[in-house]
Amino acid sequence: MKSYIIKRLLNILIMLFAVSIIIFLLVRLIPGDPARTMAGEHASKEILEEMRKKWGLNKPLWEQYLIWLKYAMRGDFGRSILTHESILTEILERFPNTLELSLFAMLFASTIGITTGIISAVKRYTLFDYISMFLALFGVSMPIFWLGIMLVLLFSIKLNLLPTGGRLSVFYSIKPITHLYLIDSLITLNFGAFLDTLKHLILPSVALGTIPMAFIARITRSSMLNVISQDYIRTARAKGLTEKTVIMKHALRNALIPILTSAGTEFAMLMGGAVLTETIFSWPGLGTYIVQAVNARDYPAIQGAVIFVAFIVALVNLFVDILYAYIDPRIHY
Amino acid sequence: MEEEIVEEGKVYTESFLVESIRSLKRNRSALVGLTIVIFLIFVAIFAKAISPHNPIEQNLYDNLKPGFWAGNSKNLLGTDEFGRDILSRLIYGARVSVSTGIIAVVIGVLLGSLAGICSGYFGGWIDNLLMRLTDIMFSLPSILLAIVIVSVLGRGLSKAMIAIGITYAPQIARVVRSETLTVKNSEYIESARAIGAPNKRIIRVHVLPNVLSVIIVYTTLSIGSAILDAAALGFLGLGAQPPTAEWGAMLANSNHYITGGYWWVATFPGVAILISVLGFNLLGDGLRDAIDPRLRKKF
Repeated sequence: MKSYIIKRLLNILIMLFAVSIIIFLLVRLIPGDPARTMAGEHASKEILEEMRKKWGLNKPLWEQYLIWLKYAMRGDFGRSILTHESILTEILERFPNTLELSLFAMLFASTIGITTGIISAVKRYTLFDYISMFLALFGVSMPIFWLGIMLVLLFSIKLNLLPTGGRLSVFYSIKPITHLYLIDSLITLNFGAFLDTLKHLILPSVALGTIPMAFIARITRSSMLNVISQDYIRTARAKGLTEKTVIMKHALRNALIPILTSAGTEFAMLMGGAVLTETIFSWPGLGTYIVQAVNARDYPAIQGAVIFVAFIVALVNLFVDILYAYIDPRIHY
Repeated sequence: MEEEIVEEGKVYTESFLVESIRSLKRNRSALVGLTIVIFLIFVAIFAKAISPHNPIEQNLYDNLKPGFWAGNSKNLLGTDEFGRDILSRLIYGARVSVSTGIIAVVIGVLLGSLAGICSGYFGGWIDNLLMRLTDIMFSLPSILLAIVIVSVLGRGLSKAMIAIGITYAPQIARVVRSETLTVKNSEYIESARAIGAPNKRIIRVHVLPNVLSVIIVYTTLSIGSAILDAAALGFLGLGAQPPTAEWGAMLANSNHYITGGYWWVATFPGVAILISVLGFNLLGDGLRDAIDPRLRKKF
């Protein structure tokens, strides 16, 4: 197991290296002269030349990449053109916000998705099955940014129950420990802030979690149906076990691998969905950071953020693979 | 189970096309999808004839007017912030969204199939290189990859199509590669090679027709999500640019209007996206089951 994890981590490193080369080249393909962008429209030739020298833009491409790589390995992605702050610091500041949102969205998606999938499979071809699978089809066809807008319209504007966006109301502050607001507010026994955080989390999580929920429900249903027709389930029933034990212990545990795979992929892909959801709910996470960087043509920031996301996606996939071994003892690495 | 075996037997007696159409006809949800898609294409083609107003004509005296529910018979679905007729914009938007979805997927399918066939047929370093490239592309969420590509290519509808197309290429490349691998080792390819047919001819005459069904299924299944992605780029201001009537872009500023109570500005474009994506998804699912039920596992 240990050697497997080390091997995978090395693979991730190689993959990140490749991603960084491609992103680096892509960013350099962008038409326009970065020196001119920084120096301004009316800069003289001398100033432009000086700029190029200062930023190493007059060196050959491979040398520029090596310099960038040397700093990146020390965790220095450079400074943002827009804010002049260190990019890694900015990313690390925003990442916990995206993480908390994604975790909450995934919690919502998997509880409801798996439950619905199990009931649908057990009560196959009943009204419940038809309605939930139809809704799941709706879920995967839904533009999530529109769903977000509709949720705001209903719950924030018409019913006035939940905030329209943001992370925390202005009159609360949370002492940062883990940087996950829900946990930090609980540790510091700041219940007002805890409730407020929860209120801010609900709508974005539902918007972000709907597509994964629909996928998980469909996968759970088909995976459970597959397992339920197996001989060992018939044996379990014949032994006189209660239906609940048969379904929850014998069937679900065996159906879990495909469910976990799809949940893992979906969780990794949430980082993409977060771009849209965070924009709607003005959530100060990585998604809004990337949109902001793209709009400002802040290339070092785009580059840093994309590589960071690739790293997180790879880690999530590794985590899912390790989880397999715990769920299914037949799997050895 | 028995039925399926009987159906499989029919493949030998009836043409592939006839059998596929028959299977599609029996599938009620696929027919619903087909109806939606035909309706969309009809609307897109005859947009000029059926839309009541000019979609980009501004009329600032009539801005943010509610529609038929408030007794407005001139603008049935109301008007937006510039007084443009929302219904007309939706009708013209069908043109933009449907064509964007289709063109983006075609770009992806062309790139992906080419890569997949080369990878599977030639193997070796080409295979290695192309597959590592797909690994890298899979390491990023597709919409994020599309955003990065658009930021390199520049904003705009045509660039959004290319960006989305590129993000769809790796998946089709993988599937086509594995299909090619199975075809490659068959006897008829071996005999074609034995009589000295060049690679180009073997690929065109023997490999391509055999992987075509996978490609067709993938194409229809992907159009829905391509429409979604194009709308997302439009929503972020990276796809279709104003004043083009595009469903995603129509939602871009709607956040400001729902707080003012102008809900119709934000509601209808989303409904249009939802219905058309649903239509393409239903049709794609049905087509997959009709052409090749084995593909259920792959898509």
